[in-house]
Amino acid sequence: MEFEKAIEKNIEEFGFPVIIDEKSGALQWVDLREMNIRYLVSIENIMPFFEGLREGKLLATRCRDCGEIFFPPQKDCPTCKDSNMEWIELAKEGVLETLTVVFVRPPSFSNYDPYTVAIAKLDDGVRITAWLKGDPKKVKPGQRVKVEISKRKEGYLMYELIPIEG
Amino acid sequence: MVAIIGVGHSKFGNRRDVSIPELAWEAIKPALDTANIEQKDIDFFVIGTAGVWSSEAAVAPLIAEYAKLEPAGSMRVEAACATGSAAIRVGYTAIKSGEADVVLILGIEKMQESTNPIVIELIGRFGNFFWEFENFGLTFPAYYALYATAYMAKYNASEEDFARVAVKNHFYGARNPYAQFQKEITIEQALNSPYISWPFKLFDCSPITDGASAVIMVSDDKVKEWKIDERVFILSQGVGTGTANLSKRDNFTSLKSAVYAAEIAYRKAGIDIDNPCKYLDGANVHDCFTSAEIIAYEDLRFAKRGEGVELIREEQTYIGGKIPVNVDGGLKAKGHPIGATGVSQAVEAYKQLLNKAEKGRQIDVVNGKYLTHNIGGTGHYAYVTIYGLER
Ligand SMILES: [Zn+2]
Repeated sequence: MEFEKAIEKNIEEFGFPVIIDEKSGALQWVDLREMNIRYLVSIENIMPFFEGLREGKLLATRCRDCGEIFFPPQKDCPTCKDSNMEWIELAKEGVLETLTVVFVRPPSFSNYDPYTVAIAKLDDGVRITAWLKGDPKKVKPGQRVKVEISKRKEGYLMYELIPIEG
Repeated sequence: MVAIIGVGHSKFGNRRDVSIPELAWEAIKPALDTANIEQKDIDFFVIGTAGVWSSEAAVAPLIAEYAKLEPAGSMRVEAACATGSAAIRVGYTAIKSGEADVVLILGIEKMQESTNPIVIELIGRFGNFFWEFENFGLTFPAYYALYATAYMAKYNASEEDFARVAVKNHFYGARNPYAQFQKEITIEQALNSPYISWPFKLFDCSPITDGASAVIMVSDDKVKEWKIDERVFILSQGVGTGTANLSKRDNFTSLKSAVYAAEIAYRKAGIDIDNPCKYLDGANVHDCFTSAEIIAYEDLRFAKRGEGVELIREEQTYIGGKIPVNVDGGLKAKGHPIGATGVSQAVEAYKQLLNKAEKGRQIDVVNGKYLTHNIGGTGHYAYVTIYGLER
């Protein structure tokens, strides 16, 4: 906001939308053609994944010909070069392989407290990336975890990893 | 054979004192001067820029206009943080194929045209957009921190070990007048800096940087025709690609794309893959984060699996050690203007092999071979290039 005010003031005083950069002392033109970008990502062909979340299940696709499981789910099997897929539920448990706690967050995640991102290898061999619930200091790679479907702050469903006690 | 006969490098850092084409010219002019050529001699040029944070989209024509390069052919290339090496790849293959004889490669990035939070937002999207960023808010430090945590757990490395990489690279940054950070730091300073993405703290991370770097590449015919003595040759280049999602990889202690690229580069250059240090006088590796440098030691076979951390503990990657690494400060202290980094590594290979590095950071040139390792994204693109004094 202070930035906006400074620009307004400088348009009035100097006649242009300019500011002086604090670090370098160099004069900057402030672009007034601000733009908001929001993408439309097609999920038409992986709709069952989202229906699965609604039923409390984490789903992936499996090629009926070669048996490969795809997560993130794929519509096509590049090995068999066909699209003969079935939807299957992934294992509900697995092993934590790595984690990090994101302190400096993107502005679009500023409504969240620092969060833990983890990768787990589920018991069917499929790896997933998700947030890890609970105190990250209490877990290490090798920890058993389970998958839980939960509701996020914005009100829609996601999947999380939760350490299994004991 | 393809040779580099001229180089240019701007000061890296906050460069809000110049516009994009002005910054480009700071690298282009010395490149033309050291190569002793004019714009009219250039028959193709490649601009490496990732550029989502900066205002200009048609960067190659913009620079052609400012630096009088038109109407020679050009393109802009992008391979995330390996953009600079991708630009070199295009020039290298253009000359090898016989389509071009004299090529200008410019890597440029003006990240500070946007504010830091916007840059953090944009770089987070260099993973997989939907399954990593949109849902779980990964940042660039976070992607690499997932590797760091796995490495620490598997090989008993510590945050202090990572800090040693920062200390080394700041030590050499302090001796590089083009570096963003020209101050030495202590292990305590690194360890006491705030967490960005655990286990990474501020001093584990390369900064947000503006900068430009350029090289002039020519065919061997031109080297002979122009009787050029000051040149280095590109002996080989290996290129690899990794999966978009980290979850599609089978381990987090090595980058498969880098291992693949290194094997190709070593084989093509006739370097024994089991003992590359015997052939190389030095290297620049992609230390976007401290642990990435240690993993690079292993992917490049400077050390066995799990023993990369020993190299930094024993200071074997300082000048005088087993193999000097990032003695220009690396991405960590020199700065990491995305598109310029790979070209900056080529500039460093040229300077080191020709004994042109600044005081206090010149390696001993014995074998006349130098390696650069440039990684884009989270291991998405890997470029390993071997430079040499002899054909
Ligand atoms: Zn199949």
